[in-house]
Amino acid sequence: MKLSEIVDALDATLLIGEDKLDKSITRCGASDLMSDVLAAVSEDCVLLTGLTTVQVIRTAIVAGVGAVVFVRKKKPPQEVIDMAKDQGIPLISSPYSMFVSCGRLHACNLTGLDGKR
Amino acid sequence: MLATLPGLTENDNLPLINARPARITAPSENFKHMSQLKKSFHIKSRDFIRAGEASINIQNLLKSMDFDPSLIRRVAICGYESEMNVVMHGGDGTLSIEVDSDRLILEITDDGPGIEDIDLAMQAGYSTANDDHREMGFGAGMGLPNMKKNSDRIQVDSKKDDGTLVRMIFFIPEKGETD
Ligand SMILES: Nc1ncnc2c1ncn2[C@@H]1O[C@H](COP(=O)(O)OP(=O)(O)OP(=O)(O)O)[C@@H](O)[C@H]1O
Ligand SMILES: [Mg+2]
Repeated sequence: MKLSEIVDALDATLLIGEDKLDKSITRCGASDLMSDVLAAVSEDCVLLTGLTTVQVIRTAIVAGVGAVVFVRKKKPPQEVIDMAKDQGIPLISSPYSMFVSCGRLHACNLTGLDGKR
Repeated sequence: MLATLPGLTENDNLPLINARPARITAPSENFKHMSQLKKSFHIKSRDFIRAGEASINIQNLLKSMDFDPSLIRRVAICGYESEMNVVMHGGDGTLSIEVDSDRLILEITDDGPGIEDIDLAMQAGYSTANDDHREMGFGAGMGLPNMKKNSDRIQVDSKKDDGTLVRMIFFIPEKGETD
């Protein structure tokens, strides 16, 4: 599904990444443990997380994550947003909890990082 | 492609060689003579704001040299995990990347407290990280196993109170060879 459809499914706010809204995403991971993300097949996935630190963005850069969703309306500090903007990583803020955000994306046919539903 | 190197074993076999004392940071003669490029970055212990910058620099350097994207990803992941380890658990250190004709060598050293039991540290899930580390998204005990998985060879040298060295080798795939 397109990134724009993910934003819609989550009633979310796109913080940055206007130019990437047509990007196609098929897999989704949810974690607050960066090593789990780094250990998984996380290229071009959407990553749901409750963390808003610079390390989330660096993890996304290193692992090739396609977009980051902050759950529970979280908004990262400006330097985190600037870093993601610089690196071309779309950032999304979802008003829903981790559980509900995941459920909504699962209902839209996204698979886990391992391709399973 | 060299099948075996002194001091290094296949990842599938025993990955750890402790034959060399810790604190030896100079590459052996084997690495020296075929070195084409080497870049080093200083890593500061407990500097969580900058942790990861060196690995992203290395990622960009390798991209500019047109290496295979999946190879670059593996190197960047190993660099980042190792950098986080030095920042979380180690002392001040150095991360370096060396580009040779058939391989990339990633090496990280630090002068911190060292690892008492390397076999235990290599086990998935083993971690001495504290709550602050976990709040930042680290401390799953997955870093070293992840570095082992993503590199073609790994060597960990460490002793309690005597620093840590981790050297990883990545063979550059032949053109057309996929992984
Ligand atoms: N440079 C180092 N100096 C001292 N101890 C280290 C160093 N690197 C690793 N260790 C020890 O090895 C353990 C396991 O490391 P590993 O990277 O696998 O997990 P972690 O860093 O605790 O968690 P994660 O990598 O998942 O964030 C660490 O908890 C720490 O005790
Ligand atoms: Mg680690």
